Amino acid sequence: MIRVQLPFHLRTLAKVGSEIELEVEGPPTQRSLIDAIEALYPMLRGTIRDHATLKRRAYLRFFACEEDVSHDPPDTPLPDAVVAGAEPFMIVGAISGG
Amino acid sequence: MSDVRVLVGTRKGAFILTSDGKRKNWTINGPHFAGWEIYHLKGSPADPSRLYASQSSNWFGQVLHRSSDGGNTWETVGNAFAYDGTPGTHKWYDGTPHPWEFKRVWHLEPSLTSPDLVYAGVEDAAIFQTKDAGQSWTEMPALRNHSTGNTWQPGASGLCLHTIMLDATNHNRMYVAISAAGAFRTDDGGQSWKPINQGLKSQFIPDPNAEVGHCVHRLAMNRSRPSVLFMQKHWDVMRSDNAGDLWTEVSGNLPTDFGFVIDVHTHEPDTIYVVPIKSDSEHFPLDGKLRVYRSRTGGNEWQELSKGLPAKDCYVNVLRDAMAVDSLDACGVYFGTTGGQVYGSADAGDSWTTIAEHLPPVLSVEVQTLA
Repeated sequence: MIRVQLPFHLRTLAKVGSEIELEVEGPPTQRSLIDAIEALYPMLRGTIRDHATLKRRAYLRFFACEEDVSHDPPDTPLPDAVVAGAEPFMIVGAISGG
Repeated sequence: MSDVRVLVGTRKGAFILTSDGKRKNWTINGPHFAGWEIYHLKGSPADPSRLYASQSSNWFGQVLHRSSDGGNTWETVGNAFAYDGTPGTHKWYDGTPHPWEFKRVWHLEPSLTSPDLVYAGVEDAAIFQTKDAGQSWTEMPALRNHSTGNTWQPGASGLCLHTIMLDATNHNRMYVAISAAGAFRTDDGGQSWKPINQGLKSQFIPDPNAEVGHCVHRLAMNRSRPSVLFMQKHWDVMRSDNAGDLWTEVSGNLPTDFGFVIDVHTHEPDTIYVVPIKSDSEHFPLDGKLRVYRSRTGGNEWQELSKGLPAKDCYVNVLRDAMAVDSLDACGVYFGTTGGQVYGSADAGDSWTTIAEHLPPVLSVEVQTLA
């Protein structure tokens, strides 16, 4: 199972806790992981990546194994530790006030 | 006795204020969608239990919710707003071409007859509709594809379609307003649109009398007289007696004719309300004194209404979607401020009470009168 940590507002929207666990079909990549998130939680469609372009929203970052993987191509394989569930895949909102 | 439900959208969530028909004691429920910008929420005239809410966030984009029980519970509905075809460009602030990009839903206008049919005004300016209670949204592309569309420029808050008005006597007729393109009307259910800006004069554009390019802040009508329209423009309060074909200025004795909101008394179609704001550079009331102005003559002759409103040191704004009227007798009038107050009048504006305060900045106010 892959563990994913969501930012507060997406947890509220999806009515889940701080971390979700899910299986990914096919090779685990950012794209297939977000596909799986959106399939399991349809209310999150469009909130992590744009509906049409499928690009990550500009105010969100992706972290894995203490690395910023936001700019990795979407079909890059996820780190082994994330695939094994030892480390979470983190979706993080930009820090800003207001 | 009827109840009243006031739907308040704020920078940090939605609030639902309820009272009985006396409108003296109010209960505040919320925040709903805490932390999200709620540009607008509105109830269906055909089914008052059906509400729609537009949530927006720079982080997470656009989300829409629907309630079928008057706002007690909500469910997420569709949030995919794809422009029809290849959207092309409009003009950017500096006059250069800029791609059409969906940013958010500014205004939701439920049909007068079906709770499942809703129109959405969005930024960048376009009108969408859903026929399945919000599950899917389809653009009505003739508006954006109008021959002037590639010349539209954004106002300070973006190129937003912020006003949608439906004609209860003619289901093919609809009005919209776009900042800063102007007002448009369809007479064929959205198949074609006509700019209705003749008579407007905007000194801040190269041709003050241009067909489009006017920063219309808000339109209003009384449903019993749908061909008579009122407009709060960037500057100037305007009136049209022929469905927007020609506008005349009715600012009259207003202390300033800049402002955002305008609304019409439910039972008196020539009684209108505005909140004058000092200027386009200073978005707060003149002299720090919050006042509503009412005309009982359809414009030109205005009366100051200040009983119960802050008389000094008040520097809030009242945004374009933040005034509404109920349908009780006497007509109730409500507005919200960027300071987080919601004021209500149960006597058509003669006196005001604070029905909520200390809320986040108010973006929108709508009212439902419940049997």
